[in-house]
Amino acid sequence: MKILVAVKRVIDYNVQIRVKEDGTGVVTDNVKMSTNPPDDNAIEEAVKIKEAGKATEVVAITVGEEKAQETVRKALAVGADRGIHVKADGILEPLAVSKILQKIVDKEKPDLVFMGKQAIDDDCNQTGQMLSALLNWPQATFASKIDVKDNKLEVTREIDEGLETIEINVPAIVTCDLRLNEPRYASLPNIMKAKKKPIEEIAASDLGVDVSPRLEQLKVEEPPKRKAGIKVANVAELVQKLKNEAKVI
Amino acid sequence: MSVLLIAEHNNKELKPFTLNAATAASQIDSEVHAVIIGQNSAEAAKQLSELPLVKKVLSVEAAHYENFTAENFAPVIVKLAEGYSHIVCSANTFGKNLMPRIAAHLDTSQVSDIIKVISSDTFLRPIYAGNAFATIKSNDEKKCVTIRPTSFDPCESSGGSAVIEKVEAGEEFSNTKFVKREEIKSDRPELGTARIVVSGGRGMQSGDNFRLITEIADKLGAAIGASRAAVDAGYISNDHQVGQTGKVVVPDLYIAIGISGAIQHLAGMKESKVIVAINKDGEAPIFSVADYGLEADLFEAIPQFMEELNKLNTIQK
Repeated sequence: MKILVAVKRVIDYNVQIRVKEDGTGVVTDNVKMSTNPPDDNAIEEAVKIKEAGKATEVVAITVGEEKAQETVRKALAVGADRGIHVKADGILEPLAVSKILQKIVDKEKPDLVFMGKQAIDDDCNQTGQMLSALLNWPQATFASKIDVKDNKLEVTREIDEGLETIEINVPAIVTCDLRLNEPRYASLPNIMKAKKKPIEEIAASDLGVDVSPRLEQLKVEEPPKRKAGIKVANVAELVQKLKNEAKVI
Repeated sequence: MSVLLIAEHNNKELKPFTLNAATAASQIDSEVHAVIIGQNSAEAAKQLSELPLVKKVLSVEAAHYENFTAENFAPVIVKLAEGYSHIVCSANTFGKNLMPRIAAHLDTSQVSDIIKVISSDTFLRPIYAGNAFATIKSNDEKKCVTIRPTSFDPCESSGGSAVIEKVEAGEEFSNTKFVKREEIKSDRPELGTARIVVSGGRGMQSGDNFRLITEIADKLGAAIGASRAAVDAGYISNDHQVGQTGKVVVPDLYIAIGISGAIQHLAGMKESKVIVAINKDGEAPIFSVADYGLEADLFEAIPQFMEELNKLNTIQK
């Protein structure tokens, strides 16, 4: 079984982002970038499945600018076998990314495609579902547990009401929740070894996919700030304030 | 121009956020039709027809719709989409799972999780866990939009009498099988719609200690929330998680206890009307969004808090 895992480079989750003064976006120059956190879970799960002898190859793929390749290199350092970097500049909407991934799936013929359930930059939560629509494959979104059976997966999904379990036939798409596993750190020897693993570079323009944005981002602004609150001295004061000032209890 | 609203329900009744989504749909265009897909869902379809905002109900029933599988739902809605300019549903796990599958079939770039309708093609949505707001204009002919339920008021739920039209079911998608759903039942108000939410974080130190949160929640008639740290540590189940990848809540009162206030948590609660933070670390980021901050050891503060609440004669529910 072959697993393709899609990873995205985003502003590191610990960075407090800043909105550009001209309203065109957020500041990304000299800002720490990392792999989108749930994409790390997707890689970890694929590598674990391979280590359990249930997959033969794990291929990491990213779509994006030159530096996006760092995320593929990181995936190689934690156990992916080889990488693919589809080069494309500018804003890529999930629809465009899913069309690119569809082309790669046609070529690579993986049995499973894993990715994070949501990217923490645009918070869209679309790409996996869109790819499964384009391929007409089953989708298991927000996965927190995956059991690999013969040509089937039993997946536990995190839903608003609690948990849902579904069984999907391979080939299939799984989008991973942060609770799926605990991603490992790359060891130094593995980081060195990863440098020798191959990464195939493909220009998005060679795939015959129209990636031009359909959405116009007219403005990016700071959310309204909350007015500064106060510190109360003790619990009695807190309860009095809540009752008499805020009138919420 | 007209809007197709996708109703969320459990085959017996409408889920509350359908009312919020109906409000958002009506702000895009007044001609709102609603589709309900399920099995033996006539009662829920009737409720839907009673929403005054809904002009027509399209009801689709078949055994393979019983468990709301996106692979079964999407083709039905794609077919119906022909007659509509917009497809709308809630950006909860139901809508998040379903809508992109519809959008891809329609070759439309979806606009996720909007918090405001600016015009029929322009919407406001949070990005970067709500640390920035983006104004997005869709140039697609058909627009797929998911709405953040807590950013729109629920619509009236009675007084309407829309016609209910039966629509032929689609084929079953055989590669996905529903196995089971484990819903956590609770007598407390639902986290997403509660007037008061009491949340605990890593500072609670154990699952046992979470009963302190439960006691306060019971006293206030509140829902129980948690930070991702508390959920990951196993103190409480995942359906209580508030934050970027959990639930977004906008209660009148949010009480954060032993929660430091990571960006990802703030994303899920900072629109609450009144925020209280109890934390022994005076530098914790949660205090930057709190209307009332109490710097104290929670294990001393919570019992005192209970005592003070008990002194109050009336607690509004």
